[in-house]
Amino acid sequence: MTLEIFGTYFVAACLFVGAAFALVGSIGLLKLNDSMTRLHAPTKVGTMGIGALLLASMVQSFVRGEGSLHEMLIMGFLFVTAPISANFIAKVQMHRRACVPPPAPLGDETWSTFDTPEADRVIDSPEDRPA
Amino acid sequence: MMNATALHDIALIVAFVAIGIAQIMAMIRLVIGPDTGDRILALDTMVVNAIGLIVLLGIAQGTQVFFEAALIIAMLGFVSTVAYARFVLRGDIIE
Repeated sequence: MTLEIFGTYFVAACLFVGAAFALVGSIGLLKLNDSMTRLHAPTKVGTMGIGALLLASMVQSFVRGEGSLHEMLIMGFLFVTAPISANFIAKVQMHRRACVPPPAPLGDETWSTFDTPEADRVIDSPEDRPA
Repeated sequence: MMNATALHDIALIVAFVAIGIAQIMAMIRLVIGPDTGDRILALDTMVVNAIGLIVLLGIAQGTQVFFEAALIIAMLGFVSTVAYARFVLRGDIIE
């Protein structure tokens, strides 16, 4: 078995893995019945699914003989930004009371996402609003 | 043992179909909802699936020209997710 045939088999295996993870993640997004559990399923699409597809693309470019590694850019960008957007979506769900609220922390403090800084406190009545 | 090229073609078709179905399921979640957080999450998933479809198209046609499109969609998807979430959280995007 030459290296080229082995590379083609590897590309096919990576395509199967990526497609399976993308499908499973979206099934989870559709079928799970709580907003915080729904948040966990599509993370597999971003890391494993797209990661395997990009690995397949890179290996295939080497099989064709014009090797290129710049799919690593997309992979790195997705892996870095996925937790940030998941954190933002979780904060949206906590603030909109779409999930079970977290237990209160010790002492008389609040969680930092619910703790508005002094300068940003909402002015309740319209008369207090600065002109 | 199956021929390597035939297996590669079958894997490409299976991947196209699976990601297409995944895209449709994310769109159903985008429509039915129930809350804003779920809609943002469904949009984020649709962007990631669109990147997968573009990468698959590049593999199928054997070119590298779709790489820039996939990278730009990845960046725009992250920025739009953060902007949408920030709009819901703060009522404003740039304060």
